[in-house]
Amino acid sequence: MNPSIYLEVVVQGVLTGLVYGLMALGLSVIFGVVRVVNFAHGEFTVAAMYAAYLLFSVFGVDPLVAMVPIAVAFFGIGYGLQRALVNRFVGRAEHEQFILLVGLAIIIVNGTLLIFGADARPVRLPYGFDSFVIGPVIVDKVRLYAAGAALAVAAALFLFFRFTRTGTAIRACADNLVGAAVVGLDVRRLYALTFGLGLACVGAAGALMETIADAKPELGPVYTLIAFIIVIVGGLGSMTGALIGGVLIGVSEGLAGLIIAPSMKSMMSFALLIVVLALRPQGIMGRRR
Amino acid sequence: MTKRINRRRLLAGATATTALLAAPPLVRAQPQALKIAVLLPRSGYLAQAGQSCHRGAQVAGKVLADHGYRVELVHIDIESSPDVSRTQAEKAINEGAHCIVGAFDSGCTLAIAQVCEQRQVPLSVNIAAAPPITEQGYKFLVRNFPTGGMLVTNGLKLIKDVLDATKLAAKSAVFLHANDTFGAAQRTAMDALFPRAGLPFQLAESIAYDPRAQDLSVEVTKIRALNPDLVLTVTRAADAIKLVRDMVRQRFEPKGIISPGSPGLYDEEFYQALGPLADYPIYNLPWADPKAQMSQALEAAFKPAHPNFRFAVECFNVGFTFEALLVAADGFKRAGTTNGVELMRAIRATDIANHVMIGPPIKFDDKGQNVGIPSAAVQSRNRTPTVVLPATVATMTPVLPMPGWQGRS
Amino acid sequence: MMGALNPRGRALLLGVLAALIAAPLVADRYLMSVLILIFYFAFVGQAWNLMMGFAGQLSLGHALYVGLGGYVSALLWLKFGIGPWLGVFAAIAVATAFGAVIGWLGFRFGIEGVYFALLTIAFAEFTRVAFDHIDYAGAAGGLFLRVEEEGRWWDLRGGPLLFYYLALALAAGALVLTAWLARTRLGYQWLAVREDEQAARALGIDVFRAKMAAVLISSGLTAVGGVFTAFYNNNLFPSRVFDINRSIEIILAPVVGGLGTVFGPVVGAFILTPLGEALTALTERLGINAPGVKAVFYGLALMVIIVLRPAGVWPWLARVLRLTEHRP
Repeated sequence: MNPSIYLEVVVQGVLTGLVYGLMALGLSVIFGVVRVVNFAHGEFTVAAMYAAYLLFSVFGVDPLVAMVPIAVAFFGIGYGLQRALVNRFVGRAEHEQFILLVGLAIIIVNGTLLIFGADARPVRLPYGFDSFVIGPVIVDKVRLYAAGAALAVAAALFLFFRFTRTGTAIRACADNLVGAAVVGLDVRRLYALTFGLGLACVGAAGALMETIADAKPELGPVYTLIAFIIVIVGGLGSMTGALIGGVLIGVSEGLAGLIIAPSMKSMMSFALLIVVLALRPQGIMGRRR
Repeated sequence: MTKRINRRRLLAGATATTALLAAPPLVRAQPQALKIAVLLPRSGYLAQAGQSCHRGAQVAGKVLADHGYRVELVHIDIESSPDVSRTQAEKAINEGAHCIVGAFDSGCTLAIAQVCEQRQVPLSVNIAAAPPITEQGYKFLVRNFPTGGMLVTNGLKLIKDVLDATKLAAKSAVFLHANDTFGAAQRTAMDALFPRAGLPFQLAESIAYDPRAQDLSVEVTKIRALNPDLVLTVTRAADAIKLVRDMVRQRFEPKGIISPGSPGLYDEEFYQALGPLADYPIYNLPWADPKAQMSQALEAAFKPAHPNFRFAVECFNVGFTFEALLVAADGFKRAGTTNGVELMRAIRATDIANHVMIGPPIKFDDKGQNVGIPSAAVQSRNRTPTVVLPATVATMTPVLPMPGWQGRS
Repeated sequence: MMGALNPRGRALLLGVLAALIAAPLVADRYLMSVLILIFYFAFVGQAWNLMMGFAGQLSLGHALYVGLGGYVSALLWLKFGIGPWLGVFAAIAVATAFGAVIGWLGFRFGIEGVYFALLTIAFAEFTRVAFDHIDYAGAAGGLFLRVEEEGRWWDLRGGPLLFYYLALALAAGALVLTAWLARTRLGYQWLAVREDEQAARALGIDVFRAKMAAVLISSGLTAVGGVFTAFYNNNLFPSRVFDINRSIEIILAPVVGGLGTVFGPVVGAFILTPLGEALTALTERLGINAPGVKAVFYGLALMVIIVLRPAGVWPWLARVLRLTEHRP
């Protein structure tokens, strides 16, 4: 096979992986700080996809632009959800969190089915079928734009955590909860903020995802699983880890599909997950606790 | 000599008449209507197809009534789950269903089949392609739907006819299919039947893709590397969108996209997503006969009931669901009773000439399978599925090779 | 853990058991089919409960063992004519082997909590896709068991009555097994490990062996459920039987009923399955024809239950109805 085919698959894998990485970033933030296992993560992503679809079909807004209001809205949802409901589950056993979020996931999946119906809902962007030819490689325009946007959002988040007081406070909570409380940080408020930020990432990622995939109610569980795999492979609590994990998964699945058989693609990701869990559970970029 | 009506004779006659009137009726009064429970997956992962079938079931009552059949329909959602299918089938029979129609998914259909077999209630399968359904020996089941093997046999033959009609010289093809129940069954059929089909092109490769994947770009890249003239596909609607979209982006223009026997290339979401790029794939499937009276009646009822949906796009699901109900209703008419055993006997003897799908009258073999369902070659033209072969029922002639992706309107 | 049943509780249990044994005499087929589901979920829930509730390992991939049990027994019957009563042992062996690998990986590499849960998910998903490609087992097209003959209990070919009593026996058996295990040394070791692993280790308990025992018993027992499911449904599809939604279904009953308790999974199963059916009937009665509504209410119910009764319904029920002895 022509070697440029491999290169192309790698490039596409990187681009798609960056968007997945943004989605996983939200999970990493939530799990890394608030220590809540968000098993409804994929469902929230799908909800964001539908939000982007809605804004596009009603107002004609490109999801790359809609990403911003959707992220803001999801921030609000995350903040409210955390304070109202999730807060009392922080620190509780994982299976309790799991049931709570599974219930929420079921509601979201069937709610979207009721509202939007069972058909796939794509957005018909004017440049949706275009591609760039860069040397021997063909790159989809949508994937390139989405990946760029994902990087931008991730960068913004990184700057927030690095250089703002709130961001530093949140990182303090993650590193040393007791110490943070002792120092006087309002932990509950910071938790809510973090959950909000995590969901804001999901909102942005979902909007971008809508340009690449088509919103359908049952996509939720698939994305939840992908997010968890990426977070674990990349390293919990590490932002670069989430992005690197996303890229790694995107590329390895693509190459596995090309070389072995596409129907066995996901076996690659699961095998990778098992290996990482066994040999390097903190992930590629994570720190051993 | 005339009979003399004297008092004795009159009394005797009156007594005899009274006795006759007072005696219990020799023939049972015909039950009012056949109560049919329609079990379909209207939620869960099969929701899209299940809801499409449901739209057909919703208008079937009226059409059947117009043709002199008396049915009462109960609609039940089986949530794409065999567990729910089983309990809901039991419940439906408890609540008086004389017959069941369903269920689109092979696993769910088999769960219902077991219940029907044990309770001696006929099951008329609308859509389910797994061959074992009519091979496991169920006596209370009929399937008016082709098996995966039948679909592929007819589909391959039609591909030859299409190539002859369009005089297209195709040298190679790649077969892409979803690795799910339906796709795998078609793959098995293809592996067995393609070598003997006498087609002029080589099958370079058969590629199975993960139906849960969100992305077909790698598969398209793989196909592109092989550069076939034809791409043969077995996909679902959502995947078909991704397939064509990635082909456009990767600037790959096969001479034809043909499905040997699966839906997916003509769902409304496919047309909405792709616009003019959705035209020209060909799919070889049983299809509604535009010239059949029953088909026209069904379409006439469908339009006002579902103004947001097109009969031309849904007629596969709608047509087969209607026909399953027709089979049940017709059996009831001939049996004159809702008794399960007799009803089933009547259904097995079905011979309905005026039905919806293209082909000979509906008849079942001793396994309960209708082996006579032909396929037609249907091509998307102007975003509408159009029968192009066989010529007797076609409304347009097939066009291949497909025009390029750019510059379509 | 909960106290044992007091005489009141014991009487209730026996009463319920007697009612269930006699039920087929009066129950209609629909009720029986629902009860069979309840018994099935009580059984596999109990099996899962052993691993999670007693040994503290959250497995979200238990469908793996169901699938393996089903496929092994079905293949043995279809290809070699070996009936399920024998095949079940092979099913248990295979499932336990997988469980041993997962358990060993988890414990050897210190994979805990959510990470362990994801390990189990990964194994189940990997196996699902693998079986999609194993032609010998029917691959994605599915494996189908013959159904013509009835009345052959040794091949599990029979009507609902056979499966009803079989399922009831399994559920009751699992209950008895759990209650017995809880009182053995192993059971107390599990309790210690679950409460405080460090302390347990300090006391000299071989934590690794205790946890491994839980994993092995749990996976083997779940495989029996797989054999049941294969012969009851007469077909197996990898995408169904290994699916993560099946794994989630398995854990709902024990968590809702009461994790780590003997009766939790049973109570949970008796709540959740009828809840689903009731919601279906309710939406029908209200004339709501929209698919998905029932599931929304079901999800809501799950959330409400876990918020109000996070320790499960059984502990609260036992307290309110005074069915157990109180231990200080």
